[in-house]
Amino acid sequence: MSTVPETLYYTQEHEWVTEPSDGVVSIGITAYAADALGDIVYVSLPQEGASVEAGEPCGEAESTKSVSDVYSPVTGEVVAVNTAVEEDPAVINSDPYGEGWLFRVRTDDDPADLLDAPAYSKLIEEA
Amino acid sequence: MSTPDAKRTPLHEVHAELGAMITEFAGYLMPLRYGSETAEHQAVRASAGLFDLSHMGEIFVTGPQAGAALDHALIGHLSVLPVGRARYTMIVNPAGGVLDDLIVYRLASETYMVVANAANAATVRAELTERSEEFEKATVDDRSAAYALIAVQGPKAQAILAKLTDAPLADLKYYAILPGKVAGLDALIARTGYTGEDGFELFVGAGDAVALWQAVTEAGGDDLRPAGLSARDTLRLEAGMPLYGNELTAETTPYDAGLGRTVKLDKPGDFVGRAALAALADTPPGRALVGLVARGRRVPRHGYDVVTPDGTPCGVVTSGAPSPTLGRPIAMAYIDAGHAEDTDLAVDIRGKHEPVDKVALPFYRRTS
Repeated sequence: MSTVPETLYYTQEHEWVTEPSDGVVSIGITAYAADALGDIVYVSLPQEGASVEAGEPCGEAESTKSVSDVYSPVTGEVVAVNTAVEEDPAVINSDPYGEGWLFRVRTDDDPADLLDAPAYSKLIEEA
Repeated sequence: MSTPDAKRTPLHEVHAELGAMITEFAGYLMPLRYGSETAEHQAVRASAGLFDLSHMGEIFVTGPQAGAALDHALIGHLSVLPVGRARYTMIVNPAGGVLDDLIVYRLASETYMVVANAANAATVRAELTERSEEFEKATVDDRSAAYALIAVQGPKAQAILAKLTDAPLADLKYYAILPGKVAGLDALIARTGYTGEDGFELFVGAGDAVALWQAVTEAGGDDLRPAGLSARDTLRLEAGMPLYGNELTAETTPYDAGLGRTVKLDKPGDFVGRAALAALADTPPGRALVGLVARGRRVPRHGYDVVTPDGTPCGVVTSGAPSPTLGRPIAMAYIDAGHAEDTDLAVDIRGKHEPVDKVALPFYRRTS
């Protein structure tokens, strides 16, 4: 069973978001999504400085069997991109909530409006 | 997600215990991967992998006219196949379209085993039955449910199996088969596979599947790991082997797929599809199956268009995946004959034209 950290917020599209720190949130994909994709071999992410919109695709993740859009869970400006996962996407599989983070966004949105850990756990159990 | 009537192989519980991700394939619940599919792929290239292929169909054709019936039903010349040997062949419709690609093993003078893809097994059984009607001394019998099929593939496959059998594995040629005991269980031991590596396929009674799997697992130790359909697909793709439903369909002839050598027009007697294939034999096919290697990291996948520099579609990708061995995305594609010699090609990957290099198949050939 995939782990679902209590401190994060989640989307239907299997992204996770941190609590804002100085208005900036970190974003990644969940362990459930990484497991479902299989070995991720390529990820494309938005550029630093790009505007992203909640619920809109802003990148893609390729695995052996499939390609999936990466959605931004919030609206705002990308202030950091994890170039390490672009170099070595396997990190997303091995540490999806840590070293495998994807990008950071400065946002006015409140991630608490998204799914909390119990709600996301229920979502993936029913999937 | 699976349909309620999806079939389980005799090894289903074993896969579940191993924590496999299960997928429905051709009406069967099959292991897609047990952990990292890339690691499974690399294990088969470097050491050995263990596959459950029990979904494949085993259809027996027996009797004094078995060879003659298969000569009529298939495009190959099976009546001259020596006992103990196997042939890669196909069953086509009257228009020459491929209904399935097959491996036919001659187990005894009057006993052939036709191994069909799971998705096509019912079609193959029905066609073989109908096409054998005029051969009174040939009987078609689908024994798929009675057999499990376990493959051990990779450079260490022989050393691993040698621990479990006295059968002369070293003398068993590629595309040969012999009966023997493996781990004390009655098996048909074939030196065939779908990975581009040396290896064996073991046909055993369905009731012996779990015991055989466990014995091979134990004998393999750290040199062997279970491998799922995902690894099987990337292994066969690197090896340039066609997959039915992708490179081969009822709208594809053996010539389209570059497999004209399997059409035995010079065998005696008529066979289903002969007239259509004979008419095509000396005509260059309208398209060619080619290998593509992407220059970038995005993956050309099944159904994507191949395009010329001005964006005109000139072909279609039949299979594509990231290649663990090459470290780049690879694909097979049908290219229209007029563009078969083009070197400046791209694949339309979700709206963006990504450059690819055309290469000779296979992408990977084992060195020993």
